[in-house]
Amino acid sequence: MSGVAAAEEVANVRLERGQEILRVEDLKTHFPIRSGLLRRQVGTVQAVDGVSFSLAAGETLGLVGESGCGKSTIARTVMRLTEPTDGRILFKGEDITGFSRSQMRPIRQQMQIIFQDPYSSLNPRMSVEDIVGEPLRVHDMWKEQGHARVAELLDIVGLSPEHGKRFPHEFSGGQRQRIGVARALALNPQLIILDEPVSALDVSIQAQIVNLLKRLQDEFDLAYLFIAHDLSVVRHISDRVAVMYLGKMAEIGDHHDIYERPTHPYTQALLSAVPLPDPDARGQRGRIVLEGDVPSPSNPPSGCRFRTRCWKAEDRCAEEVPELIDRFGHGHPSACHFAELAPDSVGSGDAD
Amino acid sequence: MSATEPLLEVDGLSVEFDTPEGVVKAVRDVSWNLMPGETLGIVGESGSGKSVSVMSLMKLIPTPPGRIVAGEVRFRDRDLLKLSRFQLRKLRGKDLAMVFQDPMSSLNPVQTVGRQIAEAMTVHDSKLSDNEARRRSIELLEVVGVPQADVRFKQYPHQFSGGMRQRAMIAMAIANRPPILIADEPTTALDVTIQAQVMEVLKDAQKKAGAAMVLITHDLGLIAEMADRVIVMYGGRVVEVGDVRTVFHNPQHPYTFGLMASLPRLDTQTETLPTIPGQPPSLITPPTGCAFHPRCRLKRDRLDCEQDVPPLREVTTEHFSACHHTDEMDQLIEEVSAEVGTDLTRGES
Repeated sequence: MSGVAAAEEVANVRLERGQEILRVEDLKTHFPIRSGLLRRQVGTVQAVDGVSFSLAAGETLGLVGESGCGKSTIARTVMRLTEPTDGRILFKGEDITGFSRSQMRPIRQQMQIIFQDPYSSLNPRMSVEDIVGEPLRVHDMWKEQGHARVAELLDIVGLSPEHGKRFPHEFSGGQRQRIGVARALALNPQLIILDEPVSALDVSIQAQIVNLLKRLQDEFDLAYLFIAHDLSVVRHISDRVAVMYLGKMAEIGDHHDIYERPTHPYTQALLSAVPLPDPDARGQRGRIVLEGDVPSPSNPPSGCRFRTRCWKAEDRCAEEVPELIDRFGHGHPSACHFAELAPDSVGSGDAD
Repeated sequence: MSATEPLLEVDGLSVEFDTPEGVVKAVRDVSWNLMPGETLGIVGESGSGKSVSVMSLMKLIPTPPGRIVAGEVRFRDRDLLKLSRFQLRKLRGKDLAMVFQDPMSSLNPVQTVGRQIAEAMTVHDSKLSDNEARRRSIELLEVVGVPQADVRFKQYPHQFSGGMRQRAMIAMAIANRPPILIADEPTTALDVTIQAQVMEVLKDAQKKAGAAMVLITHDLGLIAEMADRVIVMYGGRVVEVGDVRTVFHNPQHPYTFGLMASLPRLDTQTETLPTIPGQPPSLITPPTGCAFHPRCRLKRDRLDCEQDVPPLREVTTEHFSACHHTDEMDQLIEEVSAEVGTDLTRGES
């Protein structure tokens, strides 16, 4: 199967929901490594290397993986904040990969990004009203909507209109993230990319923001690309989940598939490594502790990128890159030559 | 457990910080003890005072602006808070060793990792020869699972990955077989698969050194996995203490329950997460009475919550809660369960 055809298949998995908003085909984002006086290129960081997925209106795709797996680079590339090296990005069926800045302008109204750190993503010198209203000004909509719209947005995210006069430093982390959400909603986007939106927040505040995001999604039929390293949060919010490892997708499927019937050894290890907040689970779970560290994305292992830490690795894994396909009819694709269900998958016990 | 003497007793500890905005009451009247060999988890959100209370034990908070205003820390018939800097330095690393969150900033970048481990030992044992210290350091690196320990011994911290650095820190911490290990968010900076490795190493190292451990974390999962007993902190105070299973299955403080219920779970699915409304308290002007009362559902317009600081009371054996209305906990749990449509009673299993 050719790379593109495989990408097509993955992109099409379970797309029976709403209208397709985003489609990414065989996306590659490589960064040059330059060194020496002449800044000659001495290598390439393959941050994202052949990733495909699609996202429909009202749907959440969770993107999980550890640091360096390329999940944030995907976010930046889809937003065209970073130029892709290869592949296509389609927004509502339109190929935006080669779009110029001015061509991207109307598209940017419809896709927004929310970042992790609510402390550095808000300009400390701007009042909340200016922050939330800035997208309206940039897109020449301030005159017609202005103050009323800002007040409405603040209300939607659970802040009061009088908060508009205040400055970011007067707010706690959770409230700041609400301001960030209000700003993202200003232009009625259809797609919101959330890059670790709750990672910097305390648990009790995290739940408030997660519930807010879910409510807004239902209300406005938003498509979310939800990037996080916290597997529990991703499970809670996502319809489908993609697991990334070193720039490639290891496994993708609906959240029940990924959390209860994972077939990729990396997904299995990742899930088993999460400590459960239940003292009775102690010693009851078959924990897979992986050996070693994640290899460098500038010099990834040949064949399967996970093979250096994988207990199943054989010669074939070094030679042949495993395709992301549904091998044994488990219902979702997995990029492992030896994909199989774990004997004791994490789950609510109904894993079959 | 109660038959043996506690190894460390913290009694009435209060710590304040002077800031331009006012006096931050970071820790207020905190008491707990540590039994030999046990793992005591301290859990709380940012600003709950969990780190400050433990850093203060060894006077590791910057003074000024920090100030220990009251309390006693008894260790081997001595009050640690009354010791001089010099006396404390002799204790640190030998009797109480720490593992911090960020190993990059706690290791010296211009000294080899091996030398730093060796120094941790020679500083407390002047008779130890260089060769012997070196041999033991390599052995320690092996204990914590650093591959090619003899090569790694000669490397600098920047040549280590995050997980490897944290292993080196653990090696250093157990170098003198201290009776008390203090781990402050030891794996928060690490990825989850690396966290699993490091926690195994830490558990193993603790066992080999026969040490008691104080594990400070915001991660309830880590507490459930590692701790024997758990202390829950909120707004600078201890709100609940007990055996880890008892506290997780039968929380007796509305905050503990709220915290656990608001956690998305990997092993189950809920539609809406029960939340704790509002924001964490200001530590400069903390709420009067119970610090949790502005966010608490059990308050129900009652004045005692606003006026009186609830003392830690024993609810069941060895299980303490600082809430005036623990008798209404079951009702609260039922109420919240009904609201979110999920059974949140975990019961005693």
